[in-house]
Amino acid sequence: MAEMILFYVFAAGVLFAGAQVILWRNPIYGAVSLVGSFFFLAGVYVLLAAHLIAILQILVYAGAVMVLFVFVIMLLNLKEEELGEQRLTAFKFIGLLAVLAATAIISWKALGPAYPGAPLHDNAHLRDFGTVREVGKVLYLASVLPFELTSLLLLVAIVAAVVVAKGKI
Amino acid sequence: MEEFFHAHQAQHYLVLAALLFALGAAGVVIRRNAIIVLMSIELMLNAVNLTFLAFARFPLVQNSPMGNFQHAHAAVFFVIAVAAAEAAVGLAIIIAVFRSRTSVNVDEFDVLKL
Repeated sequence: MAEMILFYVFAAGVLFAGAQVILWRNPIYGAVSLVGSFFFLAGVYVLLAAHLIAILQILVYAGAVMVLFVFVIMLLNLKEEELGEQRLTAFKFIGLLAVLAATAIISWKALGPAYPGAPLHDNAHLRDFGTVREVGKVLYLASVLPFELTSLLLLVAIVAAVVVAKGKI
Repeated sequence: MEEFFHAHQAQHYLVLAALLFALGAAGVVIRRNAIIVLMSIELMLNAVNLTFLAFARFPLVQNSPMGNFQHAHAAVFFVIAVAAAEAAVGLAIIIAVFRSRTSVNVDEFDVLKL
């Protein structure tokens, strides 16, 4: 019972805040809505028994990536006229709703044969599923090379961001 | 209502992921502000993460060919790392283009030369 209520609350929050991201004209409101969307999404991740990923979601997205977005928005300091006119016409809004409804119906119908009844396997009942220890085992034993390459990727991204944004070195 | 949720639990999560992806794709298509376009890409990446985690909790087979369904969590970890790198480089590109064009409108980015 509690799981159902929490799922619907979090799902409504994710979709509402996600829609705000693309409906607000000012990007700073969009950034704040994106933070809200990611917080609700972290709640959905907890419902899926992905505890480590939920914490990482809040740390990396709501913490690091959002600060970057807000920082750039304030650095650019766009004036009213530079934001451009609001071009979300009634047709685009109806089209957005139609796309969402079509996506929901098609994906619901398409998933019917895959899950005819209740899901046969529910890994959330496994002991330690999705905890730091179990996911850490996978990360450090099975996929240690991609894990180490990720650090290299982040290093390259730092250097690239500085080189591209600075202009003249 | 509760039986409905428990009978179709996996579909609920997967349809939520599909809706979030559709929102992100719509944002990329209908918005002109490059920063909002980047944010919509983040939304789509998160929708894919949600799909990974939903299939990790409700797999269609008993045993994973990889031996462990928590490989999906590792995949999500890598997606989060790549998304962070992508946001950093993408925003740096926006700043570089803003310096020469004084605009973040993607309609005006029509020449590759700075």
